[in-house]
Amino acid sequence: MDTKILIAVDELCRYYGHHLAVDAISFELAQGEVLGFLGPNGAGKSTTMQMISGNLAPSGGRIAINGIDLLDRPRLAKAEIGYLPEQPPVYPDLTVREYLAYCARLHRVGKTHRGGAISRALRRCGLHGVETRLIGNLSKGYQQRVGIAQAILHNPAVVILDEPTVGLDPNQIRDIRELIRELGQSHGIILSTHILPEVQATCTRVQIIHRGRLVFAESMQALQQRLTGKALVLETQSAVDITKLQQIAGVSAVEPLASRRARLLFDADNPAAAVAACVAAHDWGLVELALDRQSLEQVFVELTCNEDGAAQAAAA
Amino acid sequence: MLFAIASREFRNLFLSPLAWSIMAILQVILAYLFLSQVDRYMAFQARLGGMEGAPGVTDFVVSPLLQTVGFVFLLVAPAITMRTFSDERRNRTLSLLISAPVSMSDIVLGKFLGVFLFFLTMLAMIAAMPLSLYAGTELDTGKLLAGLLGLALLLTSFAAVGVFMSTLTEQPVVAAISSFGMLLLLWIIDWSGDSHQEMSGLLAYLSLQNHLGSFMKGLFSTTDVAYYLLVSALFLILAIRRLDQQRLTG
Repeated sequence: MDTKILIAVDELCRYYGHHLAVDAISFELAQGEVLGFLGPNGAGKSTTMQMISGNLAPSGGRIAINGIDLLDRPRLAKAEIGYLPEQPPVYPDLTVREYLAYCARLHRVGKTHRGGAISRALRRCGLHGVETRLIGNLSKGYQQRVGIAQAILHNPAVVILDEPTVGLDPNQIRDIRELIRELGQSHGIILSTHILPEVQATCTRVQIIHRGRLVFAESMQALQQRLTGKALVLETQSAVDITKLQQIAGVSAVEPLASRRARLLFDADNPAAAVAACVAAHDWGLVELALDRQSLEQVFVELTCNEDGAAQAAAA
Repeated sequence: MLFAIASREFRNLFLSPLAWSIMAILQVILAYLFLSQVDRYMAFQARLGGMEGAPGVTDFVVSPLLQTVGFVFLLVAPAITMRTFSDERRNRTLSLLISAPVSMSDIVLGKFLGVFLFFLTMLAMIAAMPLSLYAGTELDTGKLLAGLLGLALLLTSFAAVGVFMSTLTEQPVVAAISSFGMLLLLWIIDWSGDSHQEMSGLLAYLSLQNHLGSFMKGLFSTTDVAYYLLVSALFLILAIRRLDQQRLTG
């Protein structure tokens, strides 16, 4: 498939006074990708998204939306973006339909397409039935959905969603994730969130940002492989003889974890069958033998906490 | 896009009870003033009839009314303009406008136009009072129209100052008070001008009220028109610059 680069961000920087909030971030987003943006609070996620949506001027670097430079031709570039900020930008005094009609006019949706665009957005975000109610009277979850409807209304090439599932109940979260996956097939999506399973459920690529710097950027597939580490965890009923385990072909190292637990590292093929046979031969009583999966959470914590410690140590 | 924003702003004003109550209260107070003025004219009519070059009904009733309208608007205009940008910033809805393919000047001009349309609506309701006199008498139409035009121009500067002040703060009340202060200062700026000859000319030129005088006398002077348009343009440009600068400083 011919993938179009929808967002190209190059060496993007942003200062707040003397504080460097975003430090030379570069990445690209192609059509059909859902990019998950992760990071602790204050890492620079929202700042980056505000810059891509044109709400904040970058201190340095370039942003191109669908090949159009955001700083040189902001109007053309912004026409390709749908943006949902952290707090949905909805007017409490308007009804859902009035609000979406206004957004459609702002985004230059032609008069003839306006009705169709609005009803499509209403349907996709599950807003049928509340379209004549005042937004101020809706619950937080519905307001959030109105915000999402606003972002996808004009069928933009890029959809930027800053924490889209905040305040939604589990059913709504599932609907929204489904919607994001569906949108991701034809659009490019950037999504920021604190909920790690959400990233694993919806995204095709993951980026972790920490202290304004991109510390991790990999596709979901590469991440899965990385998460499925080259290690086995073994638990037995009676104590094992570590030297015997080390002799098994394919096992490169054994780390005892507890008295009856051990971690076996391997290089090439999974030696689980040989390990099981060894345990059975010595009658140690197999309790558990499993691949040691690293969770995304562990990766996240590793990347964002260790550095904290290192930085604090450096500062001390 | 400018008109989309302007019509939204205009209709938004009618969604709040504030605009309705201001309209109602203003109408009642000015109607009272108008009627008492008509009453006085009726009482003096017999004596005026015998005088040479006596003031007509336009001078006696309409001019004082329009003079007062200018001052009363000075008091209420800030309450109408205060929410234009401060509310958007407080509710964090401004990003909707900024991330839409709309330029900053469209946003500011749209808001300004919406507010100005609302002012014109109020002015039209007020103009209905002197116009009702046509039922029983003849008015100096030129004078009346010049007066209304002068007020409309005055209101462009009120709207522009109010919109600019609203971009400065997230608190609508602060925006209202600061635009009221700015307008009042521009209104009275020439009151102290008598002692210094060279200064008084400049201060008199800067005064918002001063330029209204000739319109009230039925004079249409391009100097005065230019003054109001310049004041409006200045504050609108300041508002655009202010929003642009907010994108830089965050």
